[in-house]
Amino acid sequence: MIITKARDWARIRANLDEIGAKTVFIMGCGQCATVARTGGEPEIMQAKLALEADGREVTGWAIGEVACHLGGTKLDARKHVGDIDAADAVLVLACGAGVQTVADSVKKPVYPGLESVFLGNVIRHGVFEERCQMCGDCVLDKTAGICPVTTCPKGLLNGPCGGMWNGKCEVLTDRDCAHVKIKQRLAEQGRSRVKRLEPKDYSAKLKPGSVNLREDRAKKDHS
Amino acid sequence: MSRFRDMLQRGEFVITGEVAPPHGSDYSGMLESVRKLSPVCHALNVTDNQGATLHLSSLAASRVVLDNGNGCEPIFQQTCRDRNRLALQSDLLAAWTLGLENVLVVTGDDPRGGDHPKAKGVFDLDSTQLMEVTAGMNAGVDMNGVALDGGTDFFIGGALFPEAEPWEFQLERALQKIDAGAVFFQTQAVTDVEKFARAADALRPTGAKLIAGVLLLKNPRVIKFINERLAGLMIPEHISDRIASAADPLAESIALATEQVRELRGIADGVHIMPLGADDAVATILEGAGLV
Repeated sequence: MIITKARDWARIRANLDEIGAKTVFIMGCGQCATVARTGGEPEIMQAKLALEADGREVTGWAIGEVACHLGGTKLDARKHVGDIDAADAVLVLACGAGVQTVADSVKKPVYPGLESVFLGNVIRHGVFEERCQMCGDCVLDKTAGICPVTTCPKGLLNGPCGGMWNGKCEVLTDRDCAHVKIKQRLAEQGRSRVKRLEPKDYSAKLKPGSVNLREDRAKKDHS
Repeated sequence: MSRFRDMLQRGEFVITGEVAPPHGSDYSGMLESVRKLSPVCHALNVTDNQGATLHLSSLAASRVVLDNGNGCEPIFQQTCRDRNRLALQSDLLAAWTLGLENVLVVTGDDPRGGDHPKAKGVFDLDSTQLMEVTAGMNAGVDMNGVALDGGTDFFIGGALFPEAEPWEFQLERALQKIDAGAVFFQTQAVTDVEKFARAADALRPTGAKLIAGVLLLKNPRVIKFINERLAGLMIPEHISDRIASAADPLAESIALATEQVRELRGIADGVHIMPLGADDAVATILEGAGLV
């Protein structure tokens, strides 16, 4: 899931002040931001109080099923058309994908209410860790299912670096070195190590990413 | 051909030191270090934005050492932190063009620990991969295998931390680097000669040359800084106690370094002395160890 965290309220205040927004509609997300406790109902209520404390009126709020789903978000926007029309701005408590989807769904100025930080594994309730950077050139087959690109702070493919000490990372010293963990797991599983990992293909992650299954299917049907 | 390479290959004991390029364009302070260190060292490492803090580039500073070292050669350091694969290869070609023949390829400290903590750490290649690229340039090709219009003939070195545990993984790393093209290693500061000997024994069959790091632990403050702030190095208590309880910590640290150099002389292929600014002490240490 996408992990978000609260955005510095001073930045949100400055955004709204810039356009002289007196009325605001708040949009949350029923998916990741709800689980991350950044864009569910309790957080929307907090944002409402903060906006009111700044002297603004909240015209209404909504939590769509998934903020980044264009069809669903357009539907939510239609359901709340009156409240949105009455607002000078829309504050979105969702990841950057959700913010952009809302911006595509309403005509009002849209502002991010959160910072999007990483694709997170849910370790347990309320505990999230970044394990994958979606690099498009997976090496987990060679690294015993532990991603060095993500979990080594330097993203080294061949490690450990010179700062590893007693199996600990030099940058995040309370963490185990990703490369030591990889080597240990490979050894435990009796797997032979690759001589060295080749440089990554960063072109696989050229921006912006795009997948269109419909076009792919259409091409297949034609061939 | 690099005299430093020549000496190591002939089995002579080498002495290397270290100079830091300035945080600015005035390199007179560095030249002063070169003036003190070059008479007693065979080569001087020229650090590359050491500690992830901004300094004059190792490329330009290495050339200054080459021009002013009276035969004491620069070891151009290249980290993977600040440049992508295009810039790294381009800088290697630049180094060779400038007459720099020795290169130490290292990962580099994370930017979060330096003076530009908001910088993006590049790490497009890691040190092993960059060694392989450098070895390729020595064979006349870029990292795509495409022939270069004039190649290089670098003497390629890497870093090694003989005291870091688990040792089997450290050894595996060293062998990986040798396989990628490293022919000499400069080690982290040695605090346990037996562990250095373990590394030397393990690597001897490969023919790689091992230059042992000796750090001048000038005073208890330096030791505290190393233990708390410097990545991957811990000064054991018996050493810190010895410096802390000495009437003259600097003199004691010189005595300690001298003992270490004497001990390492029979095991290592050379010593790399890191005086942490006390450049005058280097000659004293080497004289004391019977090397000058």
